[in-house]
Amino acid sequence: MIVCREVIAFLDDYVAGELAIERRAIFDRHLSLCDSCVAYLATYRETIRLARAASPAIEDLPPDLITAIVATITRNSPGA
Amino acid sequence: MNDTTLVAGLRAGDTAAFEDLLRQYGARLLRLARRILMSDEDANDALQDAMVAVFKSVGKFESNSSLLTWLHRIVVNASLMKLRSKKRHEEIDIEDYLPRFQEDGHQVEPSRPWTESAESMLERDELRAQVRAAIDRLPETHRVVLQLRDIEEMSTEETADILGISANAVKIRLHRARQALRALLDEHMRPAT
Repeated sequence: MIVCREVIAFLDDYVAGELAIERRAIFDRHLSLCDSCVAYLATYRETIRLARAASPAIEDLPPDLITAIVATITRNSPGA
Repeated sequence: MNDTTLVAGLRAGDTAAFEDLLRQYGARLLRLARRILMSDEDANDALQDAMVAVFKSVGKFESNSSLLTWLHRIVVNASLMKLRSKKRHEEIDIEDYLPRFQEDGHQVEPSRPWTESAESMLERDELRAQVRAAIDRLPETHRVVLQLRDIEEMSTEETADILGISANAVKIRLHRARQALRALLDEHMRPAT
């Protein structure tokens, strides 16, 4: 029987589905008995989703930034 | 435009190829710089520095490598250089935010579920801001790994390649970053006692 410390130490592998089948079964057995680790696992997964979703994509680069970068590159080109 | 054509254009010094590169990848690279630097203005500067570095070193780019991974590496380096030149902001000591265990291996403080799902939390602007602020408090070495792996969705190997560290170091830092971020968010999300 494993304890919470081992479950949490390898939780990243559990979440990524990278544990061997036998080891995963041992983890699942612990989780069926431990409310604290079930809560930790759920909030660990929520953390990953929150981090991703709270960082919105930038749809397009601002046109003035493109202009500024291209102007800088042109100034730095050997022929300039 | 595919990456091979883009790289050929960049090597020829074609400014139109640079504009295509910026339209194709620029927004994603700018977001990465913003997350590392936590400043739109500094991120614009870092992206500009990075693009000059791309222009100067595209001859050394190996065609069998991933163009996006190479661009990420240059943007991360330009952003970190800028970050280190500025006054450091307050970062947590990550050890203080990792779970603690009793001698028998059980958690010292039992974990409890959060009252809301991620979806409903993210509908609220102030919670999105709290999540971003919590990410910003992570130590730079861990924050960048979380950014590349969980937000940019790069693989462990790509992240290791970008940062010049081992895949195992990426895995360790990512797990610790997630645990610390979970603890920081737990202060806002757990049910009141």
